Amino acid sequence: MNTELLGVLAIFLLSVLLAIPLGRYVARVYLGTPTLLDPVMGPLEKLLFQISRIDAHRDMDWKEQLKAMLSINLIWFLITMAVLMNMSWLPLKPDGNPSMSADLAFNTAISFVVNCNLQHYSGESGLSYLGQLMLMFLQFVSAAIGMAAAVIVFNSLRDQQSTGLGNFWNYFTKSITRILLPVSVLGAIIFTFQGMPVTLEGKDTMVSLQGDTVQVSRGPVAPFVAIKHLGTNGGGFFGANSAHPLENINYLTNELQLLLQFLIPLAMVFAMGYFVKKRKFALMIFGVMTLGFLILVIPNIYTEMQGNPAISQMGIDQSLGAMEGKEVRNGAASSGYWSILTTVISTGSVNAMHDSTMPLSGMNELLAMMVNGFFGGCGVGILNIYIYIIIAVFISGLMVGRTPEFMGKKVEAREVKIAMLTALLSPLLIMGGTALAAWMVVNNPDLPWLNNPSFHGFSEMLYEMTSANANNGSGFEGLGDNNPFWNISTGIVLLFGRFIPIIGPVAIAGLLAGKKFIPESAGTLKTDTLTFGAMIFSVIVILTALSYFPALTLGPLAEYFTM
Amino acid sequence: MKTHIFSSIVLTFSFMLITMGGYTGLVWGIGQLAPNQGKGITIQQNGKSYYENIGQTFSDDRYFWSRPSAVGYNAAGSAGSNKGPSNPDYLRQVQDRIDTFMVHHPGISKAEIPADLVTASGSGLDPHISPQAAYVQAGRIARTRSIPEAEVQKLVSKHIEGPWLGLFGPSKVNVLELNLALDQQ
Repeated sequence: MNTELLGVLAIFLLSVLLAIPLGRYVARVYLGTPTLLDPVMGPLEKLLFQISRIDAHRDMDWKEQLKAMLSINLIWFLITMAVLMNMSWLPLKPDGNPSMSADLAFNTAISFVVNCNLQHYSGESGLSYLGQLMLMFLQFVSAAIGMAAAVIVFNSLRDQQSTGLGNFWNYFTKSITRILLPVSVLGAIIFTFQGMPVTLEGKDTMVSLQGDTVQVSRGPVAPFVAIKHLGTNGGGFFGANSAHPLENINYLTNELQLLLQFLIPLAMVFAMGYFVKKRKFALMIFGVMTLGFLILVIPNIYTEMQGNPAISQMGIDQSLGAMEGKEVRNGAASSGYWSILTTVISTGSVNAMHDSTMPLSGMNELLAMMVNGFFGGCGVGILNIYIYIIIAVFISGLMVGRTPEFMGKKVEAREVKIAMLTALLSPLLIMGGTALAAWMVVNNPDLPWLNNPSFHGFSEMLYEMTSANANNGSGFEGLGDNNPFWNISTGIVLLFGRFIPIIGPVAIAGLLAGKKFIPESAGTLKTDTLTFGAMIFSVIVILTALSYFPALTLGPLAEYFTM
Repeated sequence: MKTHIFSSIVLTFSFMLITMGGYTGLVWGIGQLAPNQGKGITIQQNGKSYYENIGQTFSDDRYFWSRPSAVGYNAAGSAGSNKGPSNPDYLRQVQDRIDTFMVHHPGISKAEIPADLVTASGSGLDPHISPQAAYVQAGRIARTRSIPEAEVQKLVSKHIEGPWLGLFGPSKVNVLELNLALDQQ
């Protein structure tokens, strides 16, 4: 078998295998049962709670959870804005990079606070090392927000009457101290020993063998890259993200980065099974997500390995695949796999340039972000699938003519309305934003935005808005996006695309938790069966197709049929 | 609400200290034991120092060529071309690269040119080419350096880095290392 395909298959299987014990561990952490790190992290957490005057054992209702979450996000936004706009005189700036403009700082701060990491700058020239470290801090804490929100929803799924929803601060803190920090340390050390830089020295000047004088950017890369993947953040240290040979040294680091970004989204599904003691239900969700993932990823690997048909026509050997925007050490198969993994789980890091992938691969990348629930981001993937589940419960209820129930709680008009509004917000933001951008381009053909003409140019704008809404952060990077229009418009889309899909599910969870528990009877709709899995999958397919098919026709599909 | 703001501020600064300071410091400290103390792996030859993982421009006929680059192999920055697969300007550019390659390599058929030699990498700093891309240039190297082609082929074979553990991923050749070895012949 082809060694490139073998590499992809191996890392997929390894990810699933490791995620099962990790899921059990994650569940134990949030349940508060004893775990390995208690002697080290226990005292640290106690100290943190003490100095910040938090009673970690106190149950919060859903409104209080949201208040706590939003207030800490606001603090991060303000501090980050301040740092990014003053980097030029703050310490740790060996390259003397300038401060950010207000609109770029606005976009960047929001982008990293919301775990998206859309980047309208390049790390080499756009940030000081203090700026890089500040963004690295946000990669830890924004991932922890998603995980904490997911656990709040888990609590509502436990089948007791009116249970508490737990304590936000407790889940948030433990996500970092027990999960994100230890695994990142491990990853960063391996990266360092593979040759990834971890230094505070600035750019090095070097004369090449042929005699050209060039510079080489460096920095504290390894610690940044570990959390960028583990927290499904995806923001690159360098402009080229994980395509950069110092940000992704060799095939081993490539495989490890694929593993790190997949671990928590997978583990959260299994953790749900252990946490709410419904492992069959978790397995069903895992099945739905895996099916969606495979349907998107297999065509991408195949298409990218086939190469660009337009270049085949020139008579060139295409056995390596479509190599534009790809690195030889990663290869076409792994780049095709990465392009879908990073888009289904909202990492948004890249090891090859998506702008140069084939039209149908680009479409699958877009679809992965539009659904955003086939595994989905760190914690928030669970929230997105939760919305689809509520809708599926509602529709199934209508079909069989019963009041819909989920986990022993009646799902009524209010919950369904919240779920529908949350689900419909995405198409509104994506299409509204793209329409506005397209209108700007049509009326000002001189705008230096598009790097490619025609259908592909439209895809660049559609991709940017989709990526912002999905809090993904990857891009068709040819788009000239460091200007007030894109900085501000995507900044707003990012905010809505992050907080509404958190507020919606937490609110539903809170409402359901307060309802009377109805014991299961013969008339109860079973939600852990294959049939219900098919129902969820159909809901996802129908919602996505109805919302996005026209836009995809104008972009990638048109490009495919005219090539 | 006030208590939330207070808790938020204290927790924020605590975690900034833990992640930006503690975590980075720990990895940096352990990194002092890593190759070249975590400053990037370098190769020395003839008193000059190069980065093993950062590709270089090779356009001279006496050297194996690197892949085309959107940033001219200047690692002050990094980027791909971001050209779409159907972009007519881009396809013309690829055609030009093929034509240039054919001029410098008489006797080679187009079907022998692998895709990586006429396409730009994602970073613009790709240090590798495929083994096919090295072999197809062997004839030119042999001519310009007046050494037997078989010897050049042998040198290339020696520099092929196979899949990881012999099982996973593509084979590749580090262009800089190959050219350094050429110079030492």
